[in-house]
Amino acid sequence: MAKRSNEPFLWALFSSGGMIAALLIPVLLLLYGLAFPLGWLSPPGYQRTLALVSHPVTRLVLFGLCSLPLFHWAHRFRFTLYDGLQIKHLNEVITALCYGGAVVGTALAGYILWNLP
Amino acid sequence: MKPTPAYTLYHPKWYRRPVSTYWWSRQRSHFKFILRELSSIFVAYFVVLTLLYLRALGRGPESYTAFEEWLSRPLVIALNGVSLLFVLLHTITWFNLTPRALPVRVRGKRVADWLIAAPNYVAWLAISAGIAWLVLGG
Repeated sequence: MAKRSNEPFLWALFSSGGMIAALLIPVLLLLYGLAFPLGWLSPPGYQRTLALVSHPVTRLVLFGLCSLPLFHWAHRFRFTLYDGLQIKHLNEVITALCYGGAVVGTALAGYILWNLP
Repeated sequence: MKPTPAYTLYHPKWYRRPVSTYWWSRQRSHFKFILRELSSIFVAYFVVLTLLYLRALGRGPESYTAFEEWLSRPLVIALNGVSLLFVLLHTITWFNLTPRALPVRVRGKRVADWLIAAPNYVAWLAISAGIAWLVLGG
């Protein structure tokens, strides 16, 4: 019997991460990366931000926002290296580093979000 | 050849013409494909940025202010500007792929591509407006 592939599972993580990234990242990056630092808009203060982020729903959304896009990256970047640079002999190392990185990032996100005051 | 060749899952390899490592630089559509694929690096960068931001937030007001100051360095702002362009490329190409992944037929006729992609853009606008409203203190 042929070994069952885990590719469909990884692809599901890839596509849900891609959707979350497409929907949520542009507005957040625009606000926190450009609009606040450049003074276009005034940022919410520390207390308000903490209150907003500490809410259980926000924590859950932020956890998804950190974890799934990392798996999106892992999947896409693996094939970018595969197609773009043709380093097929390193395929296993690259795969391990990409998904391993996503797992580590997910654990870090869980740890940080869990320990927020 | 062995008299009883071993069974393999794969088709035997015949001669393949080697492809240049820089195959994607010759044609516009290939170059756009590679740019789209590279957008994933900026998605990962955003996650790293978010984790650093949340860590600073958890450590208290001083480290939060320090992180805000780090975010206003010209080099960081430039990097975030470039990242925003790549993330927008990701968003647009991602939404426009839906009709390819999910062709819808009504009474045997294919629904126009833009009609399938449009709900993505509507959701994007609504969610972005909602987040901005929450953050800016609506």
